[in-house]
Parts: sequence; C-alpha cells; structure tokens
Amino acid sequence: MASSDRGAALSLRGVGVSYPGASVAAVHDVDLEVAAGELAVFLGPSGCGKSTLLRTINRLIEPTAGSIAIDGVDGTAYDAVTLRRGIGYVIQAVGLFPHLTISANIGVVPSLLGWGKARIAARVDELLALVRLEPARYRARMPRELSGGEQQRVGVARALAAEPRLLLMDEPFGAVDAIVRTSLQDEIRAIHRELGTTIVFVTHDTDEALRIADRIVVMNAGTIVQNDVPLRVLAAPANDIVRGLVGIDAASRRFAEARPLLAREPT
Amino acid sequence: MTYLIRHPLEVLALTGQHLVLTFGSLAIALIIALPLGVVVARNRRFGGPTLAVLGVIYTIPSLALLAFIVPILGLGTLSAIVALVAYAQMILVRNIAAGLRGIDPAQLDAATGLGFTALQRLVRVEFPQALPTIVGGIRIATVSLIAVATVASYIHAGGLGDLLFDGIHQDYPQKIIAGSIAAAVLAIAADLLLRSTERLVRR
Repeated sequence: MASSDRGAALSLRGVGVSYPGASVAAVHDVDLEVAAGELAVFLGPSGCGKSTLLRTINRLIEPTAGSIAIDGVDGTAYDAVTLRRGIGYVIQAVGLFPHLTISANIGVVPSLLGWGKARIAARVDELLALVRLEPARYRARMPRELSGGEQQRVGVARALAAEPRLLLMDEPFGAVDAIVRTSLQDEIRAIHRELGTTIVFVTHDTDEALRIADRIVVMNAGTIVQNDVPLRVLAAPANDIVRGLVGIDAASRRFAEARPLLAREPT
Repeated sequence: MTYLIRHPLEVLALTGQHLVLTFGSLAIALIIALPLGVVVARNRRFGGPTLAVLGVIYTIPSLALLAFIVPILGLGTLSAIVALVAYAQMILVRNIAAGLRGIDPAQLDAATGLGFTALQRLVRVEFPQALPTIVGGIRIATVSLIAVATVASYIHAGGLGDLLFDGIHQDYPQKIIAGSIAAAVLAIAADLLLRSTERLVRR
C-alpha cells in the first residue's frame, strides 16, 4: 500500500437508506471497509444504489440504518458542514460556480475554512499544476471559457483544495469524451499515487473501474454483490450479475491490452 | 411648461417627496420580499399559493388598493407606503424566486457537498447569480411604484400627484403638465439607471 497518514480509513456498518413511501430500500445493510489510501470503486448499473451509498459518506443523504466511521470516528460526531469540509467531493456535472474565477472556485473551501489570501493563492497554483493546468494561464479565467475536461480538472482541484484525506467522486468523468476520459483516469491514478488520499469513486463503466481501482465494490439492487481487487472480479465473478458487467467489456479490454504487447514483440 | 419654469423649487420639493415615498416603500418591500422569495423558491407547496395571493393584490387597481387601506390606517403617507409595499411584492418575490430557481442544481449539490452552510450557499452562490433577475424585478417595481405613488397623493401622501390633482381641481393644465413631465422623467431616469445596473451585474 503506497499510502499512509494522508488517507483516511472508511468503515461502513449495516448502512441502509430507505425513502419514505418506497417499497424497497435504495441501499440495504451494507458493510464495507476501505483501507487508508485505497482507491475503491463502486461499480454497478444505474439505480443500484452506488451514488446513494457514496452520498451517505458526506451525509448529503442521512442513512436510515447503520453507521459510517472515518478513521474510527462516527460521521455524526461532527456537524454535517464540518464533516463535508474535510471530505473532497467531485460530481459528474462538475458544478463550478460560473460567477467565480477558476482560482476563486478552487479556493472556495479554504476560504470557508478561513485561510489567509496568500496561503489560498499559493495552494491554488499548486493544485492547478497538480491537475496539469498552467496556473498563469488559468487562474483568472471563468469556468465557461474552459472545455468540459478542463472544467473537471478544476473540479478535482477544488475538491482537493483543503487537503482532504478522503475524496468522493460521483461518476466524475461520465460527461467527457472517451479520449479525455482516459487521460483523466490516468491522472486521477497519478494524483492518488502522489497524494495518498483515500478515494471512493462511483461509476457504471466497467473499463473505468478496472483501469483505476485498487478495489472494486460491485453493487446491485442496493447491496454489495462482490468486493474484491480488479483481477479477482475479472477472473472470478461472484455471480451472473458481475459476470454480465465484466464479461464482454473484459474481453475487449484484454484485446486492447494485448495489442501493444503484440506490437512490441519483434524488438 | 410655464408652471414648471416659474416654480422649479415647488416641483423639485414634490419630486423629493415622490422619491422618498417610492424608494422608502421599495426598501421596505425588498426587506419583506427577499426572505419571502427564498421561501417561495425553495418550497413549492408554499410558493404557489403565495404567488397567487400576491398576484391578486397586484391586479387590484391602485386607487382601489389605497381606498381599502384608508379605513384601516387613515389618510396619509403610512397608508400610501403600505399600499406601495403590497403592490411591489408580486414583482419582487416573483423575480427573486425565478432567479433562485434558475440556478443549476449541480452547483447547489457541489456547494453543499463541499461544506457550505445553507446561508453561505445562498449568499455566495445563489444570490450573486440571481442578482440580474432580482435587479430586473427591482427596476420594474420601481417604475410601477413611481406611477402608483402619483395616485397616492389622493390620500394625502404628497408627491408629484399633488400637481396633477391640484391641476384638475383648479382647472390649471400647466400644473398637470408639470406633474406629468416630472413623473415621466423620474420613471425614465430610474428605468435607465436600473437597466445599466442590471447590465453591470449580468457580467
């Protein structure tokens, strides 16, 4: 394990979410441990409860059953606002604030936390470099002047601004095109390696999960159906649902990976 | 024009009264409309009926509205202010709510998820973006109130309406012309000023 004190350990015990009036629970009795510094991916079809489960971690949704602890401390020990300021949050629609510059967007959580101006400015430049946007070029721009991929880089920088030990990402690359998505996936791996932040990442894209995950948590109908390292999910799917998720995708992926190897062979 | 040229100070004094009546009412109206608009935007069950009630008040002819209030609060500036405040609510609340509802829900999710309190989100994310729509509402309300305030002279609230009603009673058309011109200039000036403010905050 690359990381350490820079990532938080996450522990979910019997977590359930039921909405009043709904006959089935959105999330049912989930037990899950995510080790400090791990990159865990919640994978599953839409409506399987993966986003709901993610949103219980920063209490955007209050679980109706069970408990969630971060580094052994129950999430309800803090007020929700304090808890959220310590957890990074990235969503598919990015949600940059259009009336603020890129640097103000990135500096928003530090400013809520009362950091000084100079410290925020230095941190913004550091983060822009981390997400590979040249600080001098991007600092003063407005979100609408950026491409979708660039906006999500800013979204990631904003989420990391106050040095959270846990980062939640809800289908963060779902809205960008395939080529940009691949480079963003590589970069989130690189950032993860560099920072050691624990990351919980939600996706319905099996290739994406296989590409970035330390651990894949496959979900269906509000429960975990398999929780394993990517290779094991691929090699030993727990049931037909997992097999369906990794089957055809996996074959095309193996092919894509074999091609550069074949090309290299003559040398 | 002759009255206007011969008695500029009288016209100016009445214009001053008119301004105080209009902007005093507008300020009070905004203090009520801001929280009301937030609640209307957030809560549809409360929002619909509230806008319906304000819509009814808005459709009451201004003279009738003033007439309704006089038996309760008597003649004078207070009654006029109450009428003007009530009249402005519809425009202000509707625009404040529309401005807030127009904000991309992803931003609200991001803001809450990043740890904004409800108030911080409102002040730092929602109001700045709703501002052009809100200023648009203030502009329309101001122009309307300048017009309605002329009628308020009828219940002894002063302002430029005094020139109009005196002119009618004294059969002195020059007074009517002076009052009309002053009121029109006031309305146009307010409109232009607030239009440029609107453009300024839209950027």
